[in-house]
Amino acid sequence: MTDFFQDQPLRIAGHAFTSRLLVGTGKYKDFDETADAIAASGAEVVTFAVRRTNLGQEDGPNLLDVVPPERFTLLPNTAGCYTAKDAVRTCKLARELLDGHKLVKLEVLGDDSTLYPNVVETLKAAEELIRDGFDVMVYTSDDPIVAQELERLGCCAIMPLGSLIGSGHGIQNPHNIRLIIEHANVPVLVDAGIGTASDAAMAMELGCDGVLMNSAIAHARQPVLMASAMKKAVEAGREAFLAGRMPRRQSADPSSPFAGRING
Amino acid sequence: MQIQLNGEPRDLAPDLTVAQLVDDLGLSGRRIAVERNEEIVPKSEHGATRLADGDRIEIVHAIGGG
Repeated sequence: MTDFFQDQPLRIAGHAFTSRLLVGTGKYKDFDETADAIAASGAEVVTFAVRRTNLGQEDGPNLLDVVPPERFTLLPNTAGCYTAKDAVRTCKLARELLDGHKLVKLEVLGDDSTLYPNVVETLKAAEELIRDGFDVMVYTSDDPIVAQELERLGCCAIMPLGSLIGSGHGIQNPHNIRLIIEHANVPVLVDAGIGTASDAAMAMELGCDGVLMNSAIAHARQPVLMASAMKKAVEAGREAFLAGRMPRRQSADPSSPFAGRING
Repeated sequence: MQIQLNGEPRDLAPDLTVAQLVDDLGLSGRRIAVERNEEIVPKSEHGATRLADGDRIEIVHAIGGG
């Protein structure tokens, strides 16, 4: 942010963040690229997945050495879960893995080809996790009624998709994102679908509290450079939202005065 | 006895504890989490938890994801 303006931090479940860009750790070439991209993004919240340990293989570096829990707020996800039951199990494993950490990203998917959220299972899982003491940031569709229901259950952030996970199609229904923001009393973050910097800026200009992305950075030709672009896009979009855009006009309105023209 | 370890059958000596299994797998000190028959086994209980024939054990860790 510019030095004449100090933004409020992004507050989620008792945490306060300066950066409004949250990033994933998937799809990178190696851990060096992961670390460099995260550093360039300025992200403070970093998502990861929970998977079976490969038994009997060489000890490789561990992701948690690249994004140490002492330096980042880690956000374990439930990617790959298709039922509430599996998502709840995964969150409990993540809590054990991170010594009692309560913040999770809940996503319960509908099918392999769209990775669209199964909102019925998502609602079930959210209810159970919140009852068990988890702070739930929830990936959901861009349905404003579902968003309100997830908030009513106690989710600490609502994260509608802009478009399909990994598609890079940007924000397909900005009107729905606006509707969700207008009715929400918890942070709203676009999660999924961001393709390039202008998509991230658009999310923030709509009034989102933050943006979560992975593929847009990791699958860019130069991931570290794109991470830097995304940092600026999220900041620019946030400042533009707070500044308030000029009204749209039907006719032109010259920026230079008419008075004093040499042909007047 | 035989257990299911990360979805694969595995023969083990009887009366093995979770801590011994984790050690035998070379995972001591690693950042992992253990689930036994769909219930978390907290790290503090690895030493006291004895495995039984037919147990389904999951050992997980963090990997890249979005």
